[in-house]
Amino acid sequence: MSETQTPTGDPGAASDAAPTTATAGANAPSAGAGGRRSLLPRITLLRHLLVLVVGAAVAVLLLESTELNTNIKLGNVAYLAIAAGGLTLLTGLSGQISLGHGALMAVGAYTTALMLDVERSEEPPSLALVFLAAVAATTLVGALVGVAAARLHGPYLAGATLALAVGLPGLALYFSDTFNGEQGLTIRPPERPEWFTETVEQLSGATGRGLNDKWVAYIAVACLLISYFFLANLMRSRMGRTWRAVRDQEVAAELAGISLGAWRVLAFVVSAAAAGLAGAVLAIVVQLAAPGSFLPVLSLSLLTAVVIGGLGTLTGALLGSALLVFLPPWLIDLGRDVFDMEEAQASQSSFVVYGLLLVVTMLFAPAGLVGTIRLALLRRRAARALTRSGRG
Amino acid sequence: MTEAHGSSAVGLSKAASGGGTATGTALLDVQGLSASYGPVRALDGVSLRAEAGRITAVLGANGAGKTTLLRTISGLVRPTAGRVVLDGQDITRAPVEAMVHKGMAHVPEGRGVIAELTVDENLRVGSLFRGKVGREEFDRVYDLFPRIAERRDNPAHTLSGGERQMLVIGRALLARPRVLLLDEPSLGLAPKIVAQIFGLVRQLVDSEGLSVLLVEQNARSALSVADTGVVLNLGRVVVTDDARTLAADEDLRHAYLGF
Amino acid sequence: MEQFISLTLGGVVNGSVYAAFALALVLIWRSTRIVNFAQGSMAAATTFIAVAVIDAGGSYWLALVVALLSGLVMGALIERVVIRPVEGGPELNAVIVTLGLFVAIQGIVALVAGVDERAFVPPFSTVGYEVREGFTLLSLSRNSIWTVGAVLVTMLALIALFRFTRLGLAMRASAFGQEVARLLGVRVGRMLTLGWALAAAVGALAGMLIAGDVSFIGPTFMDTLIVFGFVAAVLGGLDSPIGAVVGGLLLGLALNYVRGYLDDSLLGMAALVILVVVLLVRPGGLFSTTAARRA
Repeated sequence: MSETQTPTGDPGAASDAAPTTATAGANAPSAGAGGRRSLLPRITLLRHLLVLVVGAAVAVLLLESTELNTNIKLGNVAYLAIAAGGLTLLTGLSGQISLGHGALMAVGAYTTALMLDVERSEEPPSLALVFLAAVAATTLVGALVGVAAARLHGPYLAGATLALAVGLPGLALYFSDTFNGEQGLTIRPPERPEWFTETVEQLSGATGRGLNDKWVAYIAVACLLISYFFLANLMRSRMGRTWRAVRDQEVAAELAGISLGAWRVLAFVVSAAAAGLAGAVLAIVVQLAAPGSFLPVLSLSLLTAVVIGGLGTLTGALLGSALLVFLPPWLIDLGRDVFDMEEAQASQSSFVVYGLLLVVTMLFAPAGLVGTIRLALLRRRAARALTRSGRG
Repeated sequence: MTEAHGSSAVGLSKAASGGGTATGTALLDVQGLSASYGPVRALDGVSLRAEAGRITAVLGANGAGKTTLLRTISGLVRPTAGRVVLDGQDITRAPVEAMVHKGMAHVPEGRGVIAELTVDENLRVGSLFRGKVGREEFDRVYDLFPRIAERRDNPAHTLSGGERQMLVIGRALLARPRVLLLDEPSLGLAPKIVAQIFGLVRQLVDSEGLSVLLVEQNARSALSVADTGVVLNLGRVVVTDDARTLAADEDLRHAYLGF
Repeated sequence: MEQFISLTLGGVVNGSVYAAFALALVLIWRSTRIVNFAQGSMAAATTFIAVAVIDAGGSYWLALVVALLSGLVMGALIERVVIRPVEGGPELNAVIVTLGLFVAIQGIVALVAGVDERAFVPPFSTVGYEVREGFTLLSLSRNSIWTVGAVLVTMLALIALFRFTRLGLAMRASAFGQEVARLLGVRVGRMLTLGWALAAAVGALAGMLIAGDVSFIGPTFMDTLIVFGFVAAVLGGLDSPIGAVVGGLLLGLALNYVRGYLDDSLLGMAALVILVVVLLVRPGGLFSTTAARRA
């Protein structure tokens, strides 16, 4: 099925796919022409749909087979992974770095919190609307940041976005009438619908208090799947290729009439939208939006997830995010049991590990990482070949 | 196409005074040098000899391996095979930083002035490794190149192309080398300036017994000042001969030297 | 008016600490074209070492010397072990390595010293001078004079080192023309290590000064300072020690006015706005004379 170009049934699927991909500005049929040896369909969109369905099934299995505690952790993985996915698109594809994604998540989280504030008496708006608003607000901020960021590179961009991560939470303190200062805003958890209670009861027999948390975890994972579906299609599309060209072949891309600045801004906007959604999910998972949740270290953790997972791949971002959630408890146990440390202190060991992982990955495994780095190496080789042929 | 050394008595006598080299042995002896960039072989068994008091010009088209040859000799590129012998001492594996200590100065392509430093500071960098150096040595360089003397306190990025070339040669001289590697000194300079610089190099070689390995694409000018010419093509030595003989060989000129 | 004078003086004091931090960043940027985002964590680490010395009964001055020395060693070690492999490589790799160090060193400090903030006693009185009856300049104390003075002396010493010594010339040559410097026999690797060592020592000084200024320390107490130091360094053009100091003072003034007339919580945003404006309008810094570097 993967070897031949026209298996029966595929052409129909392709024409079905066309309208959806067109909205993403993509050209799906040609994008899938990588000729991968796999059992998956060759049409990108179809393949991604299949992955989406399988992912959903796996998610249900995971959520139903694990404890409530793990459900909540999976919710955490979900929002980190959404943000990391956006960052992957930015860093892996467009070649920009951002240490400000934690701050962008704050925008999404506070938007959500304002709309779902427990203090509000009236009926809260529908969750979909809230999430859309959160994404829209963050996209707007992301566009602003992106316009400035498009003109910066490397350390300058890192420094500027780090300043954003340090500065933005201050606004929550300054406008404390609206954002309630250090305490932050408490969020009314979304009500689980009747059908969910019934379905879960039939699936795994879980009942009682934890069901609300389970519902939130489901929402989080659903958001993750949907956003990854979008991101994956985007990265495989013509837009994805254009971003790669902007990153790797600045001059050639410019000569080909591609506006570097506009494409960089666009990448920032897309990844900001993901961060906004991540913030919204975070808000309903932890049921709180407070400045303390969005310290620079959150942005740095996201970067860690993206880098160690493998720059430029969503799978890597997902794995990295899972590591961010599941490693610290393990390390805390280790610190407490083996080294007799207090919990607050032991929790610091995870940062030591993140930091060392970042360093070690860059020093020893950059070539082993998928995506950018492989391309960067190829590019360097090409550049060397050029200089060689240019010199006597 | 015979070996060219021994044709100039002047050169040999200078060599003897310059470094105690025995007659007939080269000051710089490159033996079967090979170097690669990844899978591509840039130098393929290059052998040549540069003697004291003589200018040896290395000629060839773009991509012939000329710059790589100099960079391999001075250790910037690690050779895959072959040896570099300086005054009887094998320096093939010596670190780049040690080369000036051993009496070799490499003036890289593209006028390696340090743009952020002043002219005088650039010169001082050339003598750094020797410890304290008397002011009169600097004055001698300024005497050689009056044009840069006027601008000694200006940042080097304000210099013209010709002045930059003078500065880097002057800087290399402050390292007191016995062998001077010059990479494309004529690049981008007006013919008049090229003639002036080459004239100065000739003068230095004759008066100080310096050995110069001159890499040039501008074969006509280079052969007019050199004693010996070595023609490289695709990383191999095509021919080594007396400079005048090479300049007179019409077929060779057309095939490899482009004039 | 009195508030304005007070804020201005306070701005100079804070600014001189930013300047010291910017100076450390500039030293490293000049020699290796890397912005050391780990500078803050490194300074926090050396300051905690100093506190350990004080806890063990040592004086502030002994602690300062120990902090500076441990900065030297830490900077040299970090350059040799983890920075050397990424020097001259893709710039994103170096950025990520220093960010990794930022997180790791901060974690190590917290692991060893605990996450709580603790008091730090400055070497001199922090009581403001009374100019006249009823008007005390809160921001002008003996300790603040020490702070400003220490930074100025450090800057002058660095300028003297670079301008007038052969070592300084070798360091500049290595920074601006690595290959040429090597060809001329300068041990460039050593110079780069030395640059990092010096920078870390200056950073350690900044850590001691800021700790005295705010009278407390904690593992993350340098987090905002790395941003302010970076902004100050960019203001000054990232390449020039004098620029760093002027940039630090300007930033200190600007932020102190924000603090005084608006609110503390806006400092970070104010720094961000200044940074973005400078980067977009004058990417080469306020004093760039040569063609502006591409930001």
